[in-house]
Amino acid sequence: MKKAFPILGLLTAALLSYALYDALMVAPKEQTMGDVQRIFYYHVPSAWTAFLLFFLNFLASIQYLVRRDPKNDKVANWVVITFAVLTCVAAFVIKLVPDLMKALPEGVELSSIATTGPIIAGIYFLLRKLFSVEDSDALAVTTAEVGVVFCTVVLVTGPLWARPVWGIWWTWDVRLTSTLVLWLIYVSYLVLRRFSSSGQTPVLAAALAVFGALDVPLVYFSIWIFRTQHPQPVIGGGGSIDPRMLRVLLVNWLAFLCFAFLVCWSRYRLERLKRQVEETQALEALLEPRGAVR
Amino acid sequence: MSAPSGVTFATLMKDVRLEWRSKDAINSMLFFALLVVVVFSFSFDPLAEESRQIAGGLVWVAFLFASVVALNQTWARELRNQVLDAYRVSPAPANSLFLAKALGNLIFVLVLEAVMTPLFIVFYKLRALGPAWQLLPVAILGTWAIVVNGTFFAAMSLRTRSREIMLPLLLFPITIPALVSMVEATKIILVGDPATSAKFWIVLLATYDVVFTTGCLALFETVLHAE
Repeated sequence: MKKAFPILGLLTAALLSYALYDALMVAPKEQTMGDVQRIFYYHVPSAWTAFLLFFLNFLASIQYLVRRDPKNDKVANWVVITFAVLTCVAAFVIKLVPDLMKALPEGVELSSIATTGPIIAGIYFLLRKLFSVEDSDALAVTTAEVGVVFCTVVLVTGPLWARPVWGIWWTWDVRLTSTLVLWLIYVSYLVLRRFSSSGQTPVLAAALAVFGALDVPLVYFSIWIFRTQHPQPVIGGGGSIDPRMLRVLLVNWLAFLCFAFLVCWSRYRLERLKRQVEETQALEALLEPRGAVR
Repeated sequence: MSAPSGVTFATLMKDVRLEWRSKDAINSMLFFALLVVVVFSFSFDPLAEESRQIAGGLVWVAFLFASVVALNQTWARELRNQVLDAYRVSPAPANSLFLAKALGNLIFVLVLEAVMTPLFIVFYKLRALGPAWQLLPVAILGTWAIVVNGTFFAAMSLRTRSREIMLPLLLFPITIPALVSMVEATKIILVGDPATSAKFWIVLLATYDVVFTTGCLALFETVLHAE
């Protein structure tokens, strides 16, 4: 494992430089926006990575809450399995009922509905297998911190692009506002972790993460009613993208994912070590004879 | 083991009686909200016709800030003489305690709103051009949205350093959808444009209430016993 880390580091560095070259040199120039559009190759991969990390944080938090009690754990497992089955069934039901088929928003494919549930369930059980209860809290800290960093990148690169293209730095559009609110929720999550005393932090933070996840769809719907200025998603949405651009985007995303994984890994190891040190210190304090002065 | 409703009612009555005798929360909330009204009036012309557009936002921001004052006192009161520890070891269900606290806060904030709304109307020359009765569900659902999360987060921030500042930091980001709905619904009702209806926002508020009341009830016991 220790050898894998520098190898992955080198690989990430190579991939990141290749992705940068790809984004700046290889990708075709956008017709109307010109070179400004190239920020897209940093903006979108950061956003996807940030959302993925926040999602992992949500799953890790749920696991930390439910797995402390075997009964809850069992219930949660069944809920996840039921959810996976339900999404598959829902896809078939939509296919069979023509009215529902028409109501489907443009760009949403039946296959993506059917695969979402099983993929989420797969990630849930994978995390459950890889991380113990205590470790899932360490994973939650890691993903929240790294996620906030990537989300900040999104919020900074967005206005940089918007100023020349839209003529304004910021607009209170649904995607921008939801991302900002998501960022705010996770910053408050980190503040809570920093300010609460050590013993209760994991439970309180996990509860807040669940609340944040409940909040995100509501934030999205509440701001949805305002007119959307953000470009429609070019992948899986109504828009179209040059296949060469898509390739560069995916290469960039891969590089960003590797980078995020690398940072998360080292942060996770640091968190584990910190906890081990704290445990050892607590144990030593117990073992020390009473009244002994160092 | 006493019935959940019994525990809820007893705790609620205790809180209301305490508040009735001390009037700590209500007085500080009222004065705070009054200050917000006055301070806002210096920021823009409160008698202009456009004030109708922003009055909804102003009213709710004032109430949100003021309710934080009451919410901060909810659990702090129980820390004295280790009352909260007594709750923890008692067989009373945690959720009935939570419901009592949330309902108590709902009553306090609704009283605040009942007193402050006439003041707002006078100071800002407000008159609802739309169906005014719709303001009632908006007020009740919106206040519940604030206090149910506020009570939960107040219990959470109890174990943190500088808890007075921790509560708004946790509460405000989560409350944003509720705040948007309250403000938009109030604006639509005050402006009274027949083309728009506040119903969408009221339904959204109700959804928010259901989701977060369920969330609070599911997680409160874990948070109360977190050690």
